Amino acid sequence: MNFFWTTLHHLRKDLKLEWRSRDAVNAMLFFALLVVVIFSFAFDPTAAVSRQIAGGILWVALVFAAVTALNQAWARELHNQVLDAQRMSPSPAAALFLGKVLANFLFVTFIEIVLAPLFIIFYNLHVLGNGWLLLLVLPLGTWALVVNGTFFAALGLRTRNRELLLPLVLFPISLPALLAMVQATTAILTGEADPGLWIQMLAGYDIIFTTVGLLLFEVVLHAE
Amino acid sequence: MSIENENLHAAELRAASRLYGSFAALRQVTAEFRAGLCYVITGENGAGKSTLLRLLAGLIRPSVGTVSVLGGEPQEQRALIGYMGHASMLYDELSARENLSYYGKLYQPPGSCTECARLDETLRAVGLDPALTKPVEQYSQGMKQRVSLARVLLGDPHLLLLDEPFANLDAASSAQMIALLQQFKTWPLPQGAKRTIILTTHQPELAKNLADVYVRMQAARILNTEKAG
Repeated sequence: MNFFWTTLHHLRKDLKLEWRSRDAVNAMLFFALLVVVIFSFAFDPTAAVSRQIAGGILWVALVFAAVTALNQAWARELHNQVLDAQRMSPSPAAALFLGKVLANFLFVTFIEIVLAPLFIIFYNLHVLGNGWLLLLVLPLGTWALVVNGTFFAALGLRTRNRELLLPLVLFPISLPALLAMVQATTAILTGEADPGLWIQMLAGYDIIFTTVGLLLFEVVLHAE
Repeated sequence: MSIENENLHAAELRAASRLYGSFAALRQVTAEFRAGLCYVITGENGAGKSTLLRLLAGLIRPSVGTVSVLGGEPQEQRALIGYMGHASMLYDELSARENLSYYGKLYQPPGSCTECARLDETLRAVGLDPALTKPVEQYSQGMKQRVSLARVLLGDPHLLLLDEPFANLDAASSAQMIALLQQFKTWPLPQGAKRTIILTTHQPELAKNLADVYVRMQAARILNTEKAG
């Protein structure tokens, strides 16, 4: 199998495993809903204020929810020492990484799709900027989260406190992406600024970290 | 350890040690494993059997010394090595067939095909029904062990490394596994290459029909080797 088919093969396996267990999606959904509901009670915002803060709240909910899924993704490979079988496989390690990133991307995207209407209702949102740009910002931001998260979750696989370690490493390194996600989303919701620069920054960040992840994953997988 | 009159080695260790901090899991081991033979490694818990197999599988590297498998670094020969560890290395949520289908595609050489017929044939060979759709998590330990063996056989390895393959198996299943491994040794390979089996066990009497050489390990070293029969 070539790289493309191997990646799809891993993706199909991860989707099948999640479909049968629903571990990651259930945990993410519960967490994200909790954050959205609690913040809506805490702020009781007017429409104008909600547009200012909604971008931040949306990404807080998604970032913390994604971390639970990212930890879960590699835990499956540790169970029954499946990771050893992956390490013994002659297929490219980067395909395993990319398959896992794509699977996590789809899981988080599913959460976004469920969360979006609830978000609009709870925060009484009316987009004043170019709403369609959210269709660019959300996938780019989600990709930034999952590509780094999947990589660093793999890096921490052999540590004892890996669930604690992941956010500690992931959040500082994702700061430029988080800043761009929140600023771009807020700019679109309020219509007060041009989100173009933030979107470009997010795209650049995605390209750099995807490339680095693909190049270095073999080393991470075979590290002792 | 040296087995006489044979230059063709399936695996070779030269003064190989594996250290974890100050603890030596394997200490200054020099050994040669001839192609075409079945080696049965025995020894108490902690003797270094599993570490030796993991070194040969390329899952760990020696802290000191060198390891070569089939004429190269173990990590470069992954496609030719089959490794079955203590754990099943299977996804619990998938059925036996789904697991094999997944691994079959990952392990297959470019251009080959491991679809339906081969999967079913391998599952039958280890005594499992290919039509069984329940997930592996519902299998007994013995059944998981058989699927695990099917997984490594599917990759058509030249060197088969089995860590405690008879653990959790009843006498009949062990006999069936041994018969299968005997067959495996005769499966043809291109250019006259021979298949080699290295297995560890606490029950060497089970492997007496399979073993060509017994290797005794103690305290992270190879104590002695003895030809079977």
